[in-house]
Amino acid sequence: MPIYLPIAELPVNALLILGLGVAVGFISGMFGVGGGFLMTPLLILTGIPPAVAVASVPSHMAASSFSGAISYWRKRLVDFGLGFVLLSGALLGTAVGVWFFGLLRRYGQLDLVVELSYLIMLGIVGSLMLVESASAMIRSYRGAPAYVRRPGTHAWFHRLPLKVRFRQSRIYVSALPVMVIGFVVGFLGAIMGVGGGFLLIPALIYFMRVPTTVSVATSLFLTLITMLVATVLHAVENRTVDVMLAFILMTGGVLGAQFGVRAGQAVRAEHLRLLLAILVVAVGLRVGIDLVTAPADPYSVITTENIE
Amino acid sequence: MTRRGLQLLIAAATLATATPAGAERLITSVSTYRVLINSTFTGTELVLFGAIELDENSAARPNGYGVVVTVRGPAGSFTTRRKERLLGLWVNTDSRQFVDVPSYLAVLTNRPLAELGPPDQLRRLRIGLVNNTLTQRVGSDFADVVPQDPIRAAFIRVKTNEGLFREQTTGVTFLTPTLFRATVPMPGISPIGGYEVETMLLADGNLLARERTAIEVVKTGLEFSLAQAAHEDRLVYGLATALLALATGLAGSLLFGRD
Repeated sequence: MPIYLPIAELPVNALLILGLGVAVGFISGMFGVGGGFLMTPLLILTGIPPAVAVASVPSHMAASSFSGAISYWRKRLVDFGLGFVLLSGALLGTAVGVWFFGLLRRYGQLDLVVELSYLIMLGIVGSLMLVESASAMIRSYRGAPAYVRRPGTHAWFHRLPLKVRFRQSRIYVSALPVMVIGFVVGFLGAIMGVGGGFLLIPALIYFMRVPTTVSVATSLFLTLITMLVATVLHAVENRTVDVMLAFILMTGGVLGAQFGVRAGQAVRAEHLRLLLAILVVAVGLRVGIDLVTAPADPYSVITTENIE
Repeated sequence: MTRRGLQLLIAAATLATATPAGAERLITSVSTYRVLINSTFTGTELVLFGAIELDENSAARPNGYGVVVTVRGPAGSFTTRRKERLLGLWVNTDSRQFVDVPSYLAVLTNRPLAELGPPDQLRRLRIGLVNNTLTQRVGSDFADVVPQDPIRAAFIRVKTNEGLFREQTTGVTFLTPTLFRATVPMPGISPIGGYEVETMLLADGNLLARERTAIEVVKTGLEFSLAQAAHEDRLVYGLATALLALATGLAGSLLFGRD
């Protein structure tokens, strides 16, 4: 079923795009990640110009994270306090990231930096999660109590001022490291064109000791807000948001997200973390393989963007 | 035999005295001057008909006519990059900017290029993909480079694979000795804007007549309204997309979220 996209200016198979939306929405709902790190490269692979893909994916992520966030919010799993502190850091990080993005573009090495940061970030985060969730599973297999939370341990950042009690997350920490996490997520998100959920969730689980479900729910909330802001900013700044593409993606996305949320709740937390770890490592490996193997054609042509 | 020989003789005499432009006139018409893009557009075909008008001065053309139809899409700027292995990684090491080159380029002829005329004549008349001007930024200057240049060749190759550049030596068919037809395929990704259609009539390597016409590719209906909104009411468009996302998310949650 072909449909012509008015901003991307090319026809696409609507069912293929819908299918991508469902698949990524499912993953998004299940793990609480926005899915941008999967969706943006997939769309570019189908021939959609990168500028349109990067600008249109945020609205899809907003729709599926909103749908997912409502489900979690009904279960009172979203920590709004934690979310707003993270958001303040994330917005600052996004602003710095957008500036850095422009700097890299001027030096012509944006692609390399984006690919390397995908490889490094996904590789490190994925491997750490893989090791942790595998050892948690082994522990529970041996019959030892499976816990991640170690309430007695205090890292250095617990001594920082501005302590806040985040009720839902059952943590009492300084707002500063939370803002730093938000900043890093916002910064990398702006450079890599992703929501940053795959960074945020592990950071919340492993550094902040937030329960997995609250991490997922709060990450969805944060993704929702940042992606709504990103949609409006892209529309105003770049004029490359394709509403037709976005609508097909978000329709598929909310469908997939609903089933994803249920699937996520049916799976045990450490299994969920293991699956997410495998996914993150797989995408990282894919980027890595692309970087080291010889391309079919060493030449490529892109439409020159006007860089002011 | 003698009659034919006489004809040739007269023809040769006429050629020697007549202006090199010849006495043929070229009349062309395209099937549409406005390609409309709606939401089901997946590409189309542009059909060009051409008639060669002869008069009493027209010389006989024992080698027949050569027809070249060149369609040039709206000018665009492109960057062609080359990847090289560096420290084990394939990274872009070289790039060249093509400035104001046709974003669509189709060359259709009725015979192989080599049979249309000598190479320098083809270059002068810009016949064939390699002979079209593809201006590059060279430092602070703008110039085209030799056709053998690997980046220039790669640019044509990539564009051809995308279906935006094409060269078809069987693209023009003669229906009668003086009436021909050319079918120009326009893929779904054809750029929006104005296209120039140039038809050239040649014989024995000489340009007899040239005819130019223009067509345009435009969005219509919903496609047009949405594109216009995205450009003119950016904030409204952005907010509307954001609201649409919220509405879709809410609808999904209401429809499926009962648990």
